Amino acid sequence: MNSKSPLWIRIAAPIGVLVAVAIAWHLAVDWFKLPPILLPKPVRVLQAIWTERVRLVQGSWVTLQASMLGLGASALIGSLVAILFSQSAWIRTALYPYVIFLQTVPIVAIAPLLIVWSGAEFRTVVLVSCIISIFPIISNVTSGLLSIDSNHLDLFRLQGASRWQTLLKLRIPSAMRALVQGLRISCGLAVIGAIVGELFVGNSGTSDGLGSLMNAMQANLRTAELIGAILACTLLGILLFLGVELLNRWALRRWTIDTGFESAA
Amino acid sequence: MPAVAIECEGLRVVFSQGGAKQTILDGLDLDVPLGQITTLLGPSGCGKSTLLRVIAGLTEPTSGTVRIEGQSVRASQHKLAFVFQESALLPWRSVWQNVRLPWELRRGVSGQGLESRIQEVLDLVGFKGTDWHKKPHQLSGGMKMRASIARALITQPDILLLDEPFAALDDMLRSKLNDLLLRIVAQTKTTMLFVTHNISEAIYLSHSIAVFRQGTIGEQIAVDLPFPRNPQVRSSPEFAAYYGRLSESLIRNSTV
Repeated sequence: MNSKSPLWIRIAAPIGVLVAVAIAWHLAVDWFKLPPILLPKPVRVLQAIWTERVRLVQGSWVTLQASMLGLGASALIGSLVAILFSQSAWIRTALYPYVIFLQTVPIVAIAPLLIVWSGAEFRTVVLVSCIISIFPIISNVTSGLLSIDSNHLDLFRLQGASRWQTLLKLRIPSAMRALVQGLRISCGLAVIGAIVGELFVGNSGTSDGLGSLMNAMQANLRTAELIGAILACTLLGILLFLGVELLNRWALRRWTIDTGFESAA
Repeated sequence: MPAVAIECEGLRVVFSQGGAKQTILDGLDLDVPLGQITTLLGPSGCGKSTLLRVIAGLTEPTSGTVRIEGQSVRASQHKLAFVFQESALLPWRSVWQNVRLPWELRRGVSGQGLESRIQEVLDLVGFKGTDWHKKPHQLSGGMKMRASIARALITQPDILLLDEPFAALDDMLRSKLNDLLLRIVAQTKTTMLFVTHNISEAIYLSHSIAVFRQGTIGEQIAVDLPFPRNPQVRSSPEFAAYYGRLSESLIRNSTV
């Protein structure tokens, strides 16, 4: 973006926008005489976040755990499925339609079913998070495993490398970047999945995630708290994304793309 | 007449693409003598690389035979090594690990003496110890190519197939690496089959040059310049004579 403007502007400008929106929001609530149930003033929201800080932090922690477990599970299972796919065109042809199904299934519709099967438990939340975030992993890693430099493949063939050696020493390392790319897309989905899961699981007692909290807040018309929880969800998504970005940087260094002869002599 | 390392007889390669058939090699005969550098010279897209791939067993010929030291391609694949147009190093492996790779992939070969063997080939191609553990992206094009040649030499091949390895390098680097190849042949007696479209490179390197013509070898010219060759030979009248003869042959044999 505007990479040429100095750092302080790049920090100050978005903050300025935030302040302006908050002021407009405050004035609008006054002007239209909106009841706090419909739209509380920004200050009210800040107050609510402060008074609910313990529950919000705890809830975020629970949701973060669910998202990370869901993302981890989809990375693991998705990669294994992709490895299976990479081994045979037959398997791909037979199973790919069902992977597409996984992508197109409205998760909101099957979440109740998952709760029937697996209970109103933390593990169901992880399951929903995993199902909703697995498709980008499968499709990215599969294409990463299959789009191998033809010279590299020839090199392996010339040495009489086995299928297993080719997988371990060529396909999997080549696909690492694709996996991280998939994770970048999936991490946001994993958070959404966890929150959707929690919304359906509802209040189960001690360890409520943000979704469960929001469920309760909405039921009690505690709009300011609800907005606070939404902000916490957003923060969570950003946090997870930053984590994946760090992973991405590391992966770039570790599995750097060979630039052929383009690098300076 | 020196012994023959590679014998191609009546090689035909026909690719069919969407019903249209394209003849790449059309009854090609070629003998590559043992322990020498033979160059395949021809314009881009004339089938030089395909011939190399057929000899390496990467492409099946439609008909015809290839014999390597009297054996079939399949039986003698371990005697060959291939140097690709691009260095084709694995980007996640260091130079050292890249050179090690062919050894790892060959089943049933003991790793005894491997470390010193890697050092030996890296020394041979002119790699300093400080660069052994660099990744390919930290290397210049010339160094990548050296690493690629080292990787090809690690299995002590009888025959080295080189597919325009220096095409993307500048002239200075190219002539340095040409000298490197000459040194390797002198030291190891490896047979080399070298593909290029660069006439002076072909003359400088070769014992003999096979000029492509429409999917076959148009003519084979022995280069009678003394070994060891040095850069001065490039400005000799004999060199110029070969150059003239080859460019004429190329033009005569070219269809375009």
